[in-house]
Amino acid sequence: MIQSLESVIRQHPFFRGLEERHIQFIVGCAKNVRFDQNQYIFREGDAADQFYFIREGLVSVELMVPQKGPATVQTVGEGDVLGWSWLAPPYRWHFDARALHKIHALDFDGKCLRAKCEEDHDLGYEILKRFANVVTERLDATRLQLLDLYGAHA
Amino acid sequence: MAAKSSKNANSVAIDATRLSQLFTAISNRGFEVMGPTVREGAIVYDRLNSVEDLPRGRTDEQNAGQYRLTQRHDQSFFGYNLGPHSWKKFLHQPIRRLWKCARNGGGFQITAEEAGLLKYALIGVRACELHALAVLDKVLAAGAYADPEYKARRDKLFIVAVNCAQAGGTCFCASMKTGPRATSGYDLALTEILDGESHYFFVEVASERGAEVMAEVPHREAKAADREIVDRLMAETSSHMGRALDIGGLKELLYRNSEHPRWDNVAMRCLTCANCTMVCPTCFCTTVEDVTDLAGQQAERWRKWDSCFAMDFSYIHGGSVRATAKSRYRQWITHKLASWVDQFGEFGCVGCGRCITWCPVGIDITEEVRAIRESELPVSGTR
Amino acid sequence: MAHTLELRAATALITDPMIPVWYGIERLKRETHDTFTLGLAPANGTGVASFSPGQFNMLYVFGVGEVPISISSDPENCPALEHTTRMVGAVTKAMGALKRGDLIGVRGPFGTPWPVAEEAGRDFLIVAGGIGLAPLRPALYALMKQREKYRKIVLLYGARTPEDILYRHELERWRGKFDLEIQVTVDRGASGWRGNVGVVTTLVGRSPFDPSNTVALVCGPEVMMRFAVMELQKRGVAPQRIFLSMERNMKCAIGFCGHCQYGPAFICKDGPVFRFDRIAPIFGKAEI
Repeated sequence: MIQSLESVIRQHPFFRGLEERHIQFIVGCAKNVRFDQNQYIFREGDAADQFYFIREGLVSVELMVPQKGPATVQTVGEGDVLGWSWLAPPYRWHFDARALHKIHALDFDGKCLRAKCEEDHDLGYEILKRFANVVTERLDATRLQLLDLYGAHA
Repeated sequence: MAAKSSKNANSVAIDATRLSQLFTAISNRGFEVMGPTVREGAIVYDRLNSVEDLPRGRTDEQNAGQYRLTQRHDQSFFGYNLGPHSWKKFLHQPIRRLWKCARNGGGFQITAEEAGLLKYALIGVRACELHALAVLDKVLAAGAYADPEYKARRDKLFIVAVNCAQAGGTCFCASMKTGPRATSGYDLALTEILDGESHYFFVEVASERGAEVMAEVPHREAKAADREIVDRLMAETSSHMGRALDIGGLKELLYRNSEHPRWDNVAMRCLTCANCTMVCPTCFCTTVEDVTDLAGQQAERWRKWDSCFAMDFSYIHGGSVRATAKSRYRQWITHKLASWVDQFGEFGCVGCGRCITWCPVGIDITEEVRAIRESELPVSGTR
Repeated sequence: MAHTLELRAATALITDPMIPVWYGIERLKRETHDTFTLGLAPANGTGVASFSPGQFNMLYVFGVGEVPISISSDPENCPALEHTTRMVGAVTKAMGALKRGDLIGVRGPFGTPWPVAEEAGRDFLIVAGGIGLAPLRPALYALMKQREKYRKIVLLYGARTPEDILYRHELERWRGKFDLEIQVTVDRGASGWRGNVGVVTTLVGRSPFDPSNTVALVCGPEVMMRFAVMELQKRGVAPQRIFLSMERNMKCAIGFCGHCQYGPAFICKDGPVFRFDRIAPIFGKAEI
């Protein structure tokens, strides 16, 4: 059963609680995208003008380390939101995002949403609240990673 | 357990001069007789060769971090309270080998230590100490496993209890409802009475063994007048306790105050020296040590007294769970006055006051509880 | 419950619970650079003691010492009791130097088990961190043995790096053979690793289980369990359906030495498996 883009957005917890007019706008900014395995979704330094909602597959958020190759800091998978650099200047990606498997995702037009948020602060607040939550969760997870809990006598 | 409880089952009176005959009757039955004696300025529990070894005419003055022996104006045998030893040293040995193990061909041969080779008679056991023994029974001999050595020694124990005619400076048995009167758990209970010229003992007989022993000691029937004196002495002792502890809702009080600032206050004073756990008659914690000879041919497993105040006590994964003095003091007092209730259905504390007397900085368990009770903060809505 | 009583009866026959029984090392497997699994069977040829998932043995190396190690075998198919051990101290390092045929003293099994039999009809979510997977492995076996009794079974397993993943082949086998969803993640990736990178708690939020009908079994470092419980509660799993395996210093394993006390509980006999609501008042409290 193929779910329509709109029903996916309406059902996802991330967008729950938004006013109808805001949902309509967001649906208007969204489109389905697919990436092949190993394809880059975005690269460090590129313009950050969108964010993604992963419907299927696993994405590696990584940095290219000289002499070492790509180092994955975290993976982002089904049901996760990817990308927050579109929210604040200079609107540039800080990391690479690469598809570890075939990816099926929703692509949201960040440029368009940014403009709308400037105009409609209610929408802006709702979007920022939700992204603040995403960042908190990733930060908590990163802090736990830092603690190296499984290391010898961490 | 040998002693049965029966108030007023059978009471007699013996003259103080007959105490040595009582002593002989007991030691003739092959018991190792242990009781109070003076050593290095304190009254401790050790072997008694005769009644001459008792601290006759001595008394103790106790307070927080203070203990002093002085002379009495009379010649009573039991006119003092408690010293740094408790009877647990005879039943729950400080150091004990559990087994030996030797290489044997391709394998190993374990030889366990024999249990219960000795039988003890304890002379001068106070009411709080009888309760302490009952508390230890619940810990070491009533669960899914029973400590075989504890059980063997406990079953053979002959107990001569003594009712306290005076309360000590750090005593609070009345608060803990563990004294001053011995009500059960003994073979014989003595109350020493000095009344003008007469010096005698009111003896309550509570077991067959006790009756057999008393049959060898010249005695007379107890009279109503004797009983009245005993009751009066008990009432006086009850009303002169050195300390008091309000046990109402005590378990819940300590559970809900695990973050009370008082713990930081105690932590500044507590040396974590573990004296309190060593002198406490109910502290039972031990450690297990596996040792080997240099050639690696013989190994042994030993059990030794341990204390929750030791850093190693809670060591896992490269560190101690309870590293701070605060957490270790809190653990000890919470176990004694709260967790013990959930574990064994009663308080671990019997109000003997030893921990108060023998704390080098005079930390008083009754004062700590009072401080928390009186300054409880409103619940701050964590969790 | 009945099983636990039988176990109690069996162990009560041993007159002195501080005396180990000699088991020989039948199997020895290096799992990772610092972790190994020993398979032990009685030296005198009798059958291994039966156990319930979540229980542990005290293992004694002659002349060195004794440590508590969870049993990680299949309770129903167990010719040798398996113990996956990490080398962290004198005793475990000495154990790691032993060879097939060497003898180890065993006391046990001790402790409370994971609630597998009594929770038929539920979804099961197993969250394992590091060596925490070892005491959960018997529970997984028990669940798969009666697969039709349970609905969804999900295993979320976090390891330090791909090299530290335990029971790799078994995980693959389970994935393929049984209706079991397995997600593995590592704290730190390595070249060639194409799986999840991130702490295991991040997998809870998006895992497909029904919170209103799920039993969660959690085992790993205490910090990891704290965050896992937080995520589980966020998803709506009831505290009475979350079970944790706790760990403290242990010397006698029979409730006498006092070392393993965790609040009023003795981990050797009231645990190591605890229902979360029963320890909620002290769980996560510093230095308890």
